[in-house]
Amino acid sequence: MTNRVSYTLDSTLDSVNTAESTAVKFAAGAGFSEDEQSNIAMAVREAAVNAVLHGNAYDPEKKFFLAYENTDDSIIITITDQGQGLDASNIPDPLAPENLMKGSGRGIFLIRAFMDEVKFQNKNPGTEITLIKKHAKEERQ
Amino acid sequence: MTMKVSTRQVNGVTVVDMSGRITLGEGSVILRDTIRDLLSRGNKKILLNLGDVTYIDSSGIGELVSAFTSVRNQGGELKLLNLTKKVHDLLQITKLYTVFDIKDDETAAVGAFK
Repeated sequence: MTNRVSYTLDSTLDSVNTAESTAVKFAAGAGFSEDEQSNIAMAVREAAVNAVLHGNAYDPEKKFFLAYENTDDSIIITITDQGQGLDASNIPDPLAPENLMKGSGRGIFLIRAFMDEVKFQNKNPGTEITLIKKHAKEERQ
Repeated sequence: MTMKVSTRQVNGVTVVDMSGRITLGEGSVILRDTIRDLLSRGNKKILLNLGDVTYIDSSGIGELVSAFTSVRNQGGELKLLNLTKKVHDLLQITKLYTVFDIKDDETAAVGAFK
């Protein structure tokens, strides 16, 4: 399969759906199980929502960038927006009793739940989130 | 696949049959509008049948929580019916599984409303 592929996407909900679809395709091509494809796609969807909604704030002048890379031991996905930047150290815990019944704030929690490693980098401006999912040994070629 | 919703009355309980995806945008908005409409018409016993909901994202989860809170604040009850494994797992990892009253049998669920 292709080892590296990238997309430049508009700040729309259609692009979020596109991002999700590309994640399923790339994860399938990289040999992940259907369950894992679904989890990876959900993580990518949530990161794309953050980029479009919180990062770029639906600004038609701003894009977000999605890149996939398949290596020997993992797939590495980066999603970069052109927004104001995110303080990743200041994200409320959605499992805390005071947050449990809130109507939002679970996106990054789900990303972390479904990926092996999640990193944030402030790009000044913009935020880059890197999602890493390791191949299970039996998935390696 | 977009979300579709239909409602029916069973022994004083409004059963909301939902299918498709509850995600940011259309799906979440349809759910919110459906709950708001039911409450405005005095239907406060609501059973959300999620058996044909294929996918839910964090926005959809948040909308379920908001629906639960809205109904409860109006003195009503909202229960969930027929969760798929995926939705079940999401509610577990977000610690919401014990917040919602979750049923897998419609007759028993309808009978459980006060």
